[in-house]
Amino acid sequence: MTPRPLTITGGKLVLPEGEPRAGAIRCEDGRIVAVGDVTPHDGDEVIDARGLLVAPGLVDLGVFAIDKPAFHFGGITRAALMPDQGPPLDHPARVRFAAQSGKPDLWVHPLAAATQRLEGVELAELALMRDAGARAVATGRRWIGDSGVMLRLLRYCAMLGLTVVSHAEDAGLAGHAVATAGEMATRMGLPSAPAEAEQLAVARDIALAELAGAALHFRQVTTTGSIALVRAAKARGARITAGVTPAHFMLSDLELADFRTFARMSPPLRSEADRQAVIAGIADGSIDVIASGHDPRGPEDKRLPFADAEPGMAGAETLLPLTLTLVRDGHISMARAFALIAGNPAALLGVEAGRLAVGAEADIALIDPVRPWIVNSDKMAASAGNTPFDRRPVEGRVTKLFKGGARVG
Amino acid sequence: MQNETPAAAGTIRTGPAASGRYPAGGLAFPHRDLTGIGQLARHEILYLLDEAEQWVAHNRQPHGAQPLTQPHRRADLLRGLTIINAFFENSTRTLLSFEIAGKRLGADVVNMHAAQSSVKKGETLIDTAMTLNAMRADAIVIRHASSGAVRLIADKVDCPVLNAGDGQHEHPTQGLLDALTIRHAAAEQWGWSSAGGDLNGLKVTICGDLLHSRVARSNILCLTALGADVTVCAPPALMPEGIEAMGVAPTYDFDAALKGAQVVMMLRLQQERMQGQFIPSPREYRHLYGLTVDRLARCEPQALVMHPGPMNRGVEIDSQVADHATRSLITRQVEMGVAVRMACLDVLTRRSRNVAGWGDVP
Repeated sequence: MTPRPLTITGGKLVLPEGEPRAGAIRCEDGRIVAVGDVTPHDGDEVIDARGLLVAPGLVDLGVFAIDKPAFHFGGITRAALMPDQGPPLDHPARVRFAAQSGKPDLWVHPLAAATQRLEGVELAELALMRDAGARAVATGRRWIGDSGVMLRLLRYCAMLGLTVVSHAEDAGLAGHAVATAGEMATRMGLPSAPAEAEQLAVARDIALAELAGAALHFRQVTTTGSIALVRAAKARGARITAGVTPAHFMLSDLELADFRTFARMSPPLRSEADRQAVIAGIADGSIDVIASGHDPRGPEDKRLPFADAEPGMAGAETLLPLTLTLVRDGHISMARAFALIAGNPAALLGVEAGRLAVGAEADIALIDPVRPWIVNSDKMAASAGNTPFDRRPVEGRVTKLFKGGARVG
Repeated sequence: MQNETPAAAGTIRTGPAASGRYPAGGLAFPHRDLTGIGQLARHEILYLLDEAEQWVAHNRQPHGAQPLTQPHRRADLLRGLTIINAFFENSTRTLLSFEIAGKRLGADVVNMHAAQSSVKKGETLIDTAMTLNAMRADAIVIRHASSGAVRLIADKVDCPVLNAGDGQHEHPTQGLLDALTIRHAAAEQWGWSSAGGDLNGLKVTICGDLLHSRVARSNILCLTALGADVTVCAPPALMPEGIEAMGVAPTYDFDAALKGAQVVMMLRLQQERMQGQFIPSPREYRHLYGLTVDRLARCEPQALVMHPGPMNRGVEIDSQVADHATRSLITRQVEMGVAVRMACLDVLTRRSRNVAGWGDVP
């Protein structure tokens, strides 16, 4: 069923370049057909967006669960699903099923498991999964420790034209760590690993990706050292991109006080200096993607002693407002914010979305960028309220959302 | 002890300490639980230590000091109260010490010794806590293998909770009993006295498996709060990163760490907690970090030796040192442990016992 043509008027358009500017946008047959100086045609559904930003729907690169209410609350119209499912996305049939699982109002882009059962030993059927709808390949929650396997993976994916999404933490150093080595972990008596565990893994993966000529994306770079490595690799022209989640630019390991398991992340929260380095990396372009890492976890996974709790946070609802804090604090422009949460991840996944341009999918979010609200872990749209941002006042909320030109919700 | 006159045997003080060293009444210890030394201010530590003095004297009463109707060494302060010792990790001495402490005060003490393997899953831990809570215990003493587990349970129950060791985080009563042991022994053996009853300027060296030791963390917090100069010593793999931020001087060189030390605390090499190899061999560990007679000679002439037990004799400490008649305080530590735990159980149950001046936790 094709929705009626749609024209959104009166708002400020968030375009790939420049400050948001007044204009209208018209969509037909699920695609954007005109942007800027547009007047509605007869028969169009006309939406008045006065006082609002008209922005691309968010493309969330790397979520652990399909949680539609949370995604729609957060303005997310596309989500790249991590292969860490039960069972893992290491089989074409499961990829095909996952790719259909959110339609029509949420498109799920499965990330194929790089190795069978995500064990890091034998490559999975990557070409079959690509043709079943996988948009990229991911190593899952873990790093591939065997450099030989990683090199074969990168070469194979370079040939298939698939980006490899890596989780970078040296397994030997990380061990059973649940915190970053330092004063906080020492005081609390938590198993910890030095932040260099990430830097080592990033260094190796960059070296192998350059050798293989492959496109490599680090789902999260969170330390001064690893961001510097990414920056240098980009300067050499390597096909390296990097992401981060808001937890690592908003919070440091001080949040672990009182053993708050909602602050248990993978990789763990870092020092304040590393947090500042993440912000600098976002500002200077070393970091390309901000994702929610959405991983709703109920009390059975979180109401545990810190080291026994599962890592991860429900982040879909807070992705937009927390990213907008970077705009408000002057670190990035509004256009760059939406490149980080929509344009860049869409390009990485190779989908025609994530930007307001003629021909792109009409995935559009109307956003009140200054509307204040308070995060409340007891009243989340997500299937669980495990957020370290509970009780935090934030600004910016989606007021209407369109997927393929059709109103969501 | 200096400044404090130990209460005469048989007279039990229940009200606020008669001293200007702490705030009056319940303000002297405004906590419902004892989850760590880290939660305590200096005067609160001193308060618990001073409270323990009367129990040291009480426990030392000779046989037959009291008529048979009141069994000797037994007070009835906590009569009718139920104390549950919930131990999710193996323990002999701490469990026994808490049990004796509770019974000496007249409480009904129940031990729940859950094998760690059967209570591995966390929701079970919360469920266990809720179950204990529903039984309306008056205090729960908890040991658990995970850092922070005691705090987690404390938040779910209505009665005071005492931490008897949580993972690698804290073991507060051990920190208190070690401080009390030092205070007693230093006063008796060297005539040590310091105005506030604390340990200003005392040079203490803690050596051993700092990384895995909750005892070390509680001791560092307790000793530094009382003004001691603490040096910590371990091989690199067992030295926690950033420990200097806790106000101690770290070194890898045991011989240097012993120079000028007045108290040497040895820690057990906790091989059961080690994932992977942290030291080449116990023999090699002893070579660098074992407290031998020769090494003891590098300390101050009357330096005291402590160990929280159980000891690995011939690894971190040699028998001749551990069994030294005057220098070793190892059995004294065990003695002080009972007194400190009696004080903690007394103080933490005062609110539920409606002791005058002890209202709700502020």
